[in-house]
Amino acid sequence: MSAVYVWIEQFKGKAAPVAWEALGKGREVADTLGVPLTALVFGEGVDALAAEAFHYGADKVIQADDSTLADYRMEPYAALLSKLVEDNGPRVVLAGATSRGKELLAVSALDTGSGLLADVLELEADGGALTATRSVYGGKLLSTVEAAADGTQYATLRSRAFQALEPDESRSGEITKVDPVLTEDQITVKIESFEETTGEISLTDAAIIVSGGRAVGSPEGFAPVRALAEVLGAAVGASRAAVDAGYISYDHQVGQTGKVVSPDLYIACGISGAIQHQAGMRTSKVIVAINTDPEAPIFKLAQYGIVNDMFQVLPALTEEFKKRLGK
Amino acid sequence: MHIVVGTRSTPDTAAKLDIAADGRVTWGDSPLVMNPWDEYAVEEALIRTKEHGGTVTVIAVGPEEHDEALKHAIAMGAKSAIRLWDDAWEGMDSLGYAAVFAAAVQKLGDVDMVLFGKEAADEATDQFIFQTARKLGWTLLGYVASIEELDPDGGTVKVAQMLEEGRQIASGPLPVVMNVLKGINEPRYPSFMGIRKATKAQIPVWDAAELGEDVPAPKTRLIAYRHLPVREGECEIIEAESVEEQARILVERLMAEKVV
Ligand SMILES: Cc1cc2nc3c(=O)[nH]c(=O)nc-3n(C[C@H](O)[C@H](O)[C@H](O)COP(=O)(O)OP(=O)(O)OC[C@H]3O[C@@H](n4cnc5c(N)ncnc54)[C@H](O)[C@@H]3O)c2cc1C
Ligand SMILES: Nc1ncnc2c1ncn2[C@@H]1O[C@H](COP(=O)(O)O)[C@@H](O)[C@H]1O
Repeated sequence: MSAVYVWIEQFKGKAAPVAWEALGKGREVADTLGVPLTALVFGEGVDALAAEAFHYGADKVIQADDSTLADYRMEPYAALLSKLVEDNGPRVVLAGATSRGKELLAVSALDTGSGLLADVLELEADGGALTATRSVYGGKLLSTVEAAADGTQYATLRSRAFQALEPDESRSGEITKVDPVLTEDQITVKIESFEETTGEISLTDAAIIVSGGRAVGSPEGFAPVRALAEVLGAAVGASRAAVDAGYISYDHQVGQTGKVVSPDLYIACGISGAIQHQAGMRTSKVIVAINTDPEAPIFKLAQYGIVNDMFQVLPALTEEFKKRLGK
Repeated sequence: MHIVVGTRSTPDTAAKLDIAADGRVTWGDSPLVMNPWDEYAVEEALIRTKEHGGTVTVIAVGPEEHDEALKHAIAMGAKSAIRLWDDAWEGMDSLGYAAVFAAAVQKLGDVDMVLFGKEAADEATDQFIFQTARKLGWTLLGYVASIEELDPDGGTVKVAQMLEEGRQIASGPLPVVMNVLKGINEPRYPSFMGIRKATKAQIPVWDAAELGEDVPAPKTRLIAYRHLPVREGECEIIEAESVEEQARILVERLMAEKVV
């Protein structure tokens, strides 16, 4: 029976925010195609997640609960996903374009000989063929790509490009339980440990990002950037110049060779706005630039600018937000 | 150890891009360079073969312009390079790229590890990496931030992967396919000797007949490129007597935009 499948990525039983965004888009695609929306919930002890999938719009859930599926690993997950696709022939398979989502759907698309549209910003299902918009050449251009209408079509969706539905706790539906395809001794990759990055908001999921550039000047120079981020509940970003100078670690880098982000608000402090930096942040909804040089290219991109020393502006902004947000 | 690195040429990241009348992307007289992410993969292959002995082969799938990336890899120290191309492959999708790449690795026969960069700076899909691994049926370890242990004799590898929530240590058997992240090493600059060697290098091209691999019909196709929508409106530069006043006005604007 035909359906739209959405893989609900989870880590320690908690769904990745983009999984609900993908389910929200899946709802729309399923309605356009006139087929049910099925959430795929794989893990160990994931009953709560299955229930939550209905709240976020699923009509049905296929649940696989097993110790081999506790942590995501490509082999057992792909074997199971590909089997479900082969047995049931869904029209569409969606997931978030995370490290795991991109890997899992690429592998399964190969298993089933299907087309895959990766890391898409827009998706349409008119007339059966999926058409997507992608960001290419480091965000400098967009491309339109199409997946053939026959067979199953796969797509991974960029974080924050689609909206999750408001959860409706009264919704529920039919859960089908399935067994894993592989046993532990057939799985070659072992996860030995996991060191969580704690206490930091993930750049790709953040609604607000405060970023510092070369002008930050030292690791300590990030203190006023972090202080503002804390008041706003924002993630901390950086330019490559700040990362290369050792002021902050690489996982904070925004840009063509860092993370691509699209928050509601991006505050660039002491960042000139080189084209490779723009590649990572130009789809932000509102951009603010704080820079001493009125000619800095970042002002061409920004909606609001302050031409002044970031070390004076940031504490003043932090104070003002504290007042206004009652903190 | 025999390590294969997949790479290709991309326009310099600073290039100004345009779309030609025939729909292709153009980059004026900016140079084509090795996809910047792949420098880390080539460097890692050179480090590991120096440590354990062995050789590095770089492979690009694509027309002649991809020799640029292969030559850069030779200049860095890779032993040999192969380009895979056949005009009949024009328009193939990632399933096709994975099929020919995997066929070439199998033809080489003695490969222990295939390394890729994180993504290609132009199309940036990543899918080619994972599909190549699957086609080969090898261990796949994605987004590797460091190789923690490599034991070619025991046939195992242990790596640290950077995932959304943090750092994962995972291990598996060789042969393995991995894509590596920036920061795994500092890619070297080609030496003078290396550049001379690269200039003289004759890069063999393996075509469909040579590989004997059927390319699956594409399931996806590119329809068109387009420019980004222009961001409307000028930047409002907030001017005021004091920095406190500037801050107050900016906060007001942002509250009105409802982004805070
Ligand atoms: C292949 C390649 C990939 C790249 N990838 C990336 C990437 O992913 N991300 C990235 O960011 N860059 C990337 N770059 C680098 C990019 O080209 C720029 O070098 C970099 O973005 C510059 O960082 P910056 O703006 O912090 O520094 P600068 O360009 O030096 O700018 C510093 C700015 O701070 C301002 N300033 C100085 N003092 C103060 C003060 N007290 N208060 C306020 N403002 C002040 C200055 O006016 C200046 O505009 C890449 C480059 C290449 C070649
Ligand atoms: N045509 C190609 N030939 C060889 N390697 C490639 C090719 N395209 C991409 N790669 C490699 O695969 C990685 C991912 O590319 P992509 O899937 O296009 O994002 C790049 O970093 C390269 O290492």
